[in-house]
Amino acid sequence: MKPAPFDYVAPGTLPEALRFLADEEREVKVLAGGQSLVPMLNMRLARPELLVDITRIPELRTLDVEGDGALRIGAGVRQAAVAVDPAVSAGWPLLTEAIGHIGHPQIRNRGTVCGSLVHHDPAAELPTAALALDARFDLSGPAGTRTVDADDFFLSTFLTALEADEIVTSVRFAAQPHRTGWSFEELARRRGDFAAIGVAVLLTRAEAGGVDRARVVFCAAGSRPLRLPEAEDALLAAEGPERLDDAFAAAGAAARARLDPPSDVHADAEWRREAAEILLVRACNRAWERTR
Amino acid sequence: MTDTTEARPDPLPSAAPPLSEPSSWHELHLTVNGRPIRAQVESRLLLSDFLRARLSLTGTHVGCEHGVCGACTVLVDGEPVRSCLTLAVACEGASLRTVESLADEEGQLTDVQRAFHEQHAMQCGFCTAGFVMSCTAMVEAPERPAEDEVADQLSGHLCRCTGYRNIRAAVEQVLDDRYGKAGEEK
Repeated sequence: MKPAPFDYVAPGTLPEALRFLADEEREVKVLAGGQSLVPMLNMRLARPELLVDITRIPELRTLDVEGDGALRIGAGVRQAAVAVDPAVSAGWPLLTEAIGHIGHPQIRNRGTVCGSLVHHDPAAELPTAALALDARFDLSGPAGTRTVDADDFFLSTFLTALEADEIVTSVRFAAQPHRTGWSFEELARRRGDFAAIGVAVLLTRAEAGGVDRARVVFCAAGSRPLRLPEAEDALLAAEGPERLDDAFAAAGAAARARLDPPSDVHADAEWRREAAEILLVRACNRAWERTR
Repeated sequence: MTDTTEARPDPLPSAAPPLSEPSSWHELHLTVNGRPIRAQVESRLLLSDFLRARLSLTGTHVGCEHGVCGACTVLVDGEPVRSCLTLAVACEGASLRTVESLADEEGQLTDVQRAFHEQHAMQCGFCTAGFVMSCTAMVEAPERPAEDEVADQLSGHLCRCTGYRNIRAAVEQVLDDRYGKAGEEK
């Protein structure tokens, strides 16, 4: 359980980091918090030849709300810092709630938000929250910068649109509509374990009382975060508060019918489908209570 | 602690065995338990192994080596982290505290250590150093942590002996002493 040998650099600027990543001779990996990468190094599932530690780059260590009201989280920002940030819990409480489900406080003290997103474990909370919140990724590479939407970013298990010579410098979350309620629910065998199944729900209450906008995204249900339009349509069909329970039940039934989750040591597919229905109804109720 | 290693290989008798493969070395400066340390470390050296093998601070225990058990928890700049998931070289400039920093030279225990003793919050003791470090960070917080925050912190540690009841009792004893009993002003 010791990493194979590798070289290590901790550049102080982004251009310097990009120069290291452009190395064509060696396999290069970015190191941020290391809470996913170091276990893989220890188990020798990953054997990079050069690690580029980006946590010493000052411009990546900032979290701010930009002029257009969007939240920007730099690649060096730790999960624990985001979880206690009052601007985040006021404007993007789904993010705060999702981070609370990640591992343990001792992990969140080191792990970064962008690191978890780039690692893209399909059972992880942050990719699911990012898709629900329509996150946008800022990428820097030798050819310059580009922005990628969350839906195009997550490709498959441990695979994203990020090229080997690029760095995610930050992730941005647009301001959420007024009267939006949120819920992140998951089931795991023990506190802090990866979710056996989980769901992020955002509901926006219409002035007339129904649902204006709905987002339903599952984690651990496939090889990437899975948005479920059938469940969202069922929620949008809610005609006023008196029919909400029917709409929530219809969304849950849609999830059970439409999801095709894997069977593995944590749970089989049928268990996941049943749990998905129950979790989604629970999450809808909680999100609705929080619409304001 | 006398590690002021300058040459390599490390002159300490507890030094790691010679390398079989080439890897890069770095000069590392950090503070461990209040003492400034300068050492040559290999890129791949884990903080847990640096503390145990290079500084002979074997109070930090290594259980799973992939971040699950929490036995290796130490404080980095005041925050509990897994030393097995942290590269030593990434701790340049950091201030570390291990379980060896707690009791003073006369063996006077800290509140947390005394509470673990009085509440019998251990049996085999393998996980204890990790628990004690997370609990130390908790009781040093400016405000009393809520009950579910305590549970969240403790969930980051595996104990296979106690069933956690006495560990919680130990934490509550210290928190009650510091902040008054839950729900009443001190």
